[in-house]
Amino acid sequence: MASARNVAVAVAAAVLVLLPVFGSEFFVSFVMTRTVMLGLAASTIVFLSAYGGMVSLAQFLLFGIAGFMVGNAVGEAGSKGLKLGWNPWVAVVFALVVTTVLALLLGALSARTAGIYFLMLTLTYAVIGYYFFGQVTTFSGFGGITGIDPPDVFADHPTRLYYLCVVLSVVAYVGLRALGRTPFGVALQGVRDEPVRMASLGFNVPVIRMLAFTVAGFVAGVAGILNIWWNGQIDPTSISIGPTLDLLIIAVIGGIAHLEGAWLGAFVYVIANNYMRNLPFADSLGLTEARFNTVVGLLVLLIMVLSPDGLAGLSIRAHGLVTGATRDARPGGVLDAALHEIATVDDGPNGRLGVPEPTTKGSTR
Amino acid sequence: MSFAAGDSTVDDTSARRTPRSITTWVAGSLAGLATLWVVFLARGTSAGSAIREPGEFLVTLLDGITFAGLLFVVASGFTLVFGLMRTVNMAHGSLFLLSAYVAIEVQQSMVGLDRNIEAGDIGILDWVVPVLVGSLVVAVVGVIMQQLLLRWNQGQDLRQALITLAVSVILADQMLAHFGGLAQRVVWPGAVTRFFEIFGARYALSRLFMLALALVVGAALWLWLNHTRMGMVIRAGVDDQEMVRALGINIHVVFATTFFVGAFLAGVGGVMGASFAGVAPGTDGQWLLNSLIVVIVGGLGSIRGAVAGSLLYGMVVAFAPAYLPSQYTYYAIILTFVLLAVVLAIRPYGLFGKEA
Repeated sequence: MASARNVAVAVAAAVLVLLPVFGSEFFVSFVMTRTVMLGLAASTIVFLSAYGGMVSLAQFLLFGIAGFMVGNAVGEAGSKGLKLGWNPWVAVVFALVVTTVLALLLGALSARTAGIYFLMLTLTYAVIGYYFFGQVTTFSGFGGITGIDPPDVFADHPTRLYYLCVVLSVVAYVGLRALGRTPFGVALQGVRDEPVRMASLGFNVPVIRMLAFTVAGFVAGVAGILNIWWNGQIDPTSISIGPTLDLLIIAVIGGIAHLEGAWLGAFVYVIANNYMRNLPFADSLGLTEARFNTVVGLLVLLIMVLSPDGLAGLSIRAHGLVTGATRDARPGGVLDAALHEIATVDDGPNGRLGVPEPTTKGSTR
Repeated sequence: MSFAAGDSTVDDTSARRTPRSITTWVAGSLAGLATLWVVFLARGTSAGSAIREPGEFLVTLLDGITFAGLLFVVASGFTLVFGLMRTVNMAHGSLFLLSAYVAIEVQQSMVGLDRNIEAGDIGILDWVVPVLVGSLVVAVVGVIMQQLLLRWNQGQDLRQALITLAVSVILADQMLAHFGGLAQRVVWPGAVTRFFEIFGARYALSRLFMLALALVVGAALWLWLNHTRMGMVIRAGVDDQEMVRALGINIHVVFATTFFVGAFLAGVGGVMGASFAGVAPGTDGQWLLNSLIVVIVGGLGSIRGAVAGSLLYGMVVAFAPAYLPSQYTYYAIILTFVLLAVVLAIRPYGLFGKEA
């Protein structure tokens, strides 16, 4: 099972690497760069929810903060913000440090909550962050920061930037999955399933959650830096509630319980965004670019009604049907069940920490 | 527990407070310093200290309380639905905006004008009817959503949150298509569009009208929850849903009624908000945020928490821009975050909340 999944992921990665050979310039440097970048950002949502049981809406805020920090650091006279005029690589370090520290602080603040409460709290952070960058003209203002160039290595070389996105995505994918198997990752999964039990076993539940949030914030920051190099500009509207929800939608489309689903969801989202008008009969159905959000909303609604673990879950289940596996006996593939599943699917015997199964389900929920 | 008048959480809180006495102390001194600043110092602020400028202080205080009234109307619907059903309705802000748009259409057709409606043309009925129509429309939309999309997956809170999120995305896009992107407003009735003098400062009667409405809504909600059979069932359901079912009560009717009322309250709030500040695309997200902050501060699922959260948040929104030094006024949003952080540090599940 797991090996089939790994083969599929490896094939996908190989296709991504070879893509510039046969794909058009526009497709690679516009569509696919955006896909891989958004997938990297969305993978942090998936990581937190699949391994930690925390559905975070603050990831796009951290993504944006990294972008704003790069913008402020490299901006020169004439642009908005602090205009520090630093070397772009110094700016990268600066942006990652700021983003990670902020992730640590926000994580510390929300680490004693989980589940739906965590979702609401992080949505609040996201919207406050949007107003902050909109109103505080020291850092940006609603006009945003424009004219940001990537380091010379990537300037005017869109294919290099694409490869950077792919390489960092592969590193993040392998790294986050590997992290899930370390003692820390296993403890995190324990916290997801049985926080009370983990606390009584002597684990510091808030610290584990906070560190997971910090790691995810760091990765989101990396994606945010790629974004500003690719985009050349950033403004508060691009991190407002709409795009914030879009990133969650990407994670949901792909399947919020499977790390590779993030890139799959980003692919579907970006393709739909770019090519929807080319569909046959699109015009007669009223499917225009302007109503893109309605289509995306309907898509998410459909996924949440039919298969809450998204496309990745759907494909795994289809594979299970073909091979006759009966693992997915749970009706409807409930999201919570999907969240629990990853422990046993991904991480073999480690998934449950070797703690004996509870005889009755805990009443914490 | 939370809807009942006489809570008995005293032992609980004192036990929880002991290890966090330092954070409580810090929060207390922060509040004390803020009060000192507002009352005596407030140098370089647009309002001036309360001692020297009592009029400004009173106006700011009234701004806070009246805004808190509006916050309460909207957030009480949000918290009511969560308290009973554990459903976080991410489409609450969309219902707010939809009601406002419907009310605007109704008011325009009642007056027979498309734009430039003068307050003098608006009788009380020309305002009350749009409120009722708008709120009823979104209440029905809310119940339809609950019956079609939420009834069969009760208890899966994340799935429900994502479903209502999808609904909010669709509604926002459709409203943009049908009502356009320009800011619009409901016009207050002429009778309340006046100003009166208070310590030498002018104050709008319409804001007090808004507060009075909020008090009426709050009183009706209290009567409904504490003195009717349905309210009793809802309070019982908040505490122990299984037992309510076991007693032979049709919980689905109770759920639908609660969702109706929750959406209706979003609708009433929407028309009040549209009269008070106007609405535009994006107002839905803003009011989802407002509802979230109120319930995070007050505690999700508690009506008393909604009162406390509305008052605290309303005060921060009113006082922060007036009493920050003028060149830092735009940092006001930070104080909202500070309020959130302080409350979370002391009580992770809000002032009156309990762990979900």
